[in-house]
Amino acid sequence: MSPVPTTENPFAGDNSGIQKRETIARWALRVGSYIVVIITVAIMLHIFIKGAPVTFQSKWPFVNTQFLTELPATLHVIEDKQGNHYETDVNGADAIKKKLGDNFRAEKTISYSGGGILGPIVGTALLVIVSVGVALFLGVACAIYLSEYAKHGKFLELVRLAILNLAGVPSVVFGLFGLGAFVLTAPVFVDVPADRSVFAIPLGFTTLSFEGWDTCVLSGGFTLAFVILPVIITASEQCLQAVPQGFRETSMALGATRWQTIRYSVLPFATPGILTSSILGIARAAGETAPIMFTAALAFKDKLPWQKDLPPLPADASIFAHWDQSVSRFLGIFTESVQALPYHIYTLAAKIPQNEYAERAQYGSVFVFLVLVASLAASSVLLRKRLRAKYRW
Amino acid sequence: MAAETPAPASAEPLIQVEKFNYAYGDHQVLFDVDLNMRREDVTALIGPSGCGKSTLIRSINRINDLVESARVVSGQIKIDGVDIYTPEVDVISLRRNVGMVFQKYNPFPRSIFENAVYGLRVAGIKDRHDLEEAAERSLKAAALWDEVKDRLHQMATGLSGGQQQRLCIARAIALQPRILLMDEPCAALDPIATARIEELIHQLRGQYTFVIVTHNMEQAKRIADRTAFFYKGKLIEEDDTMTIFNHPGNPLTESYITGRLT
Repeated sequence: MSPVPTTENPFAGDNSGIQKRETIARWALRVGSYIVVIITVAIMLHIFIKGAPVTFQSKWPFVNTQFLTELPATLHVIEDKQGNHYETDVNGADAIKKKLGDNFRAEKTISYSGGGILGPIVGTALLVIVSVGVALFLGVACAIYLSEYAKHGKFLELVRLAILNLAGVPSVVFGLFGLGAFVLTAPVFVDVPADRSVFAIPLGFTTLSFEGWDTCVLSGGFTLAFVILPVIITASEQCLQAVPQGFRETSMALGATRWQTIRYSVLPFATPGILTSSILGIARAAGETAPIMFTAALAFKDKLPWQKDLPPLPADASIFAHWDQSVSRFLGIFTESVQALPYHIYTLAAKIPQNEYAERAQYGSVFVFLVLVASLAASSVLLRKRLRAKYRW
Repeated sequence: MAAETPAPASAEPLIQVEKFNYAYGDHQVLFDVDLNMRREDVTALIGPSGCGKSTLIRSINRINDLVESARVVSGQIKIDGVDIYTPEVDVISLRRNVGMVFQKYNPFPRSIFENAVYGLRVAGIKDRHDLEEAAERSLKAAALWDEVKDRLHQMATGLSGGQQQRLCIARAIALQPRILLMDEPCAALDPIATARIEELIHQLRGQYTFVIVTHNMEQAKRIADRTAFFYKGKLIEEDDTMTIFNHPGNPLTESYITGRLT
């Protein structure tokens, strides 16, 4: 019996609503993803549209060099009777007022919104250098111990749990910890301990006094180091674990000690990954505001960390002729408090009256900041790609 | 019996495994193994997966110490009459005398030269001339020299699988060990590369005492003087290879070598 031809489609869906629910679910998920993309693009575009005109200009050299190479300053805006606005700094204000004479109508001053943002850029760079240096040293040491030496067991689980918890601590808590630990109680070598010293150990030739490092790059850098430490430990440990166990066995079978094995046959192959993850740590450290608020950052500073009222070194000298002085002046950079980009943005956005000039400074800073962080992230991706191609096994 | 090769002159055993019990945590994998391996012999360890033969070979250079929870329950392994599990034995110098080649060829992602001299470098030899000499000697011994002499400073991972495994053998014999342990050295290689490794073992026999774990019966027949059959952590039978394959004394051995036991 041949099948009876029928107009009815045997594969037509039933009307139980399964298809409808499927469609709804798919669209709900799709819309959710689109919203995320739209928000990301909106943020980027917003910052770009508002910030790029501050950083770039239509004339040669196309980059607003003043914005990138000057320290923040108070902006003076002078208005004449025709409604023209003249922007200038504190020195230019009087000259313009004199020139305008009777034509002068009003003068506005806007804090921090003039000049450039070199101070915050330098401060953030110094903080990042210190924090990543400290975090890499401690983090890699910890990761090597956990991955290569420690025996599996309760203790190791406890350590891992502690690291995970450290990652969950709010950053302002780190800030307060840094204030208590580094600003107020960290040990220094001094001849005479200060009154605020918590504890002093006389060593004969000098005294080890727990009187803190004060608000400075060092305090802020160490605090930030603890913020990014969990990221670096976890990532480093994963990179070490990814090195084939066979390398370790082979190395030991050839008579290498455990440390030689780590040094020659594990670390070199884990280093690309460790470096990549530490670059992401840099982006994180550069972006944190709370940990440096109490430990390193100032709302305003009219000097770079190396600009101090010190007598210049004798002119005859190369830096080597006064080596100890040169070194101590170099180290002096790290005992200065600084401005930092995230904190500068916070100041511009929340601590001064808002107007178009303040807004311009805000978006300029945010744009530069975003470009810096994005280029770090991009270089991390590139580095990973290149090193992956080189180290295959 | 069916010994076709004349008994070696020095019949005294170099490696003596005595009442050896070994465990991972509470899970015992070797039971009362008694096995003597003679100087300059090639001894093959055969048996189904999980029978403990790999554990035994990895106990001879104590590389299994790296495995967490691995421990000797009782018994001894003696090399030249010295129990290698006593505290007086320095595991580093033990491993310099007992080389090992692993199942998966795994040269370091470094140059061929650096791979060949790795053991010497970690032993503290720095002299460039000594290292070059040793590299040439060991690469020649591993029948690899002619293929790589013009590209010693290229990455070892660019070699073919068989070449990489021969480089691993060169790397092990650069230290001039007395014993060479091979844990399924041809498991990851194609038949041609396998044949070259076997040829190499033939060339090197007499210079080293070989212990080879293999899953390949034919290979054991081709290269081994003595064969030991393991089953479920116990040594079932150990004898001349020809005797094992032609007149096995134990029905278990016979069913394994005829493929009825897996």
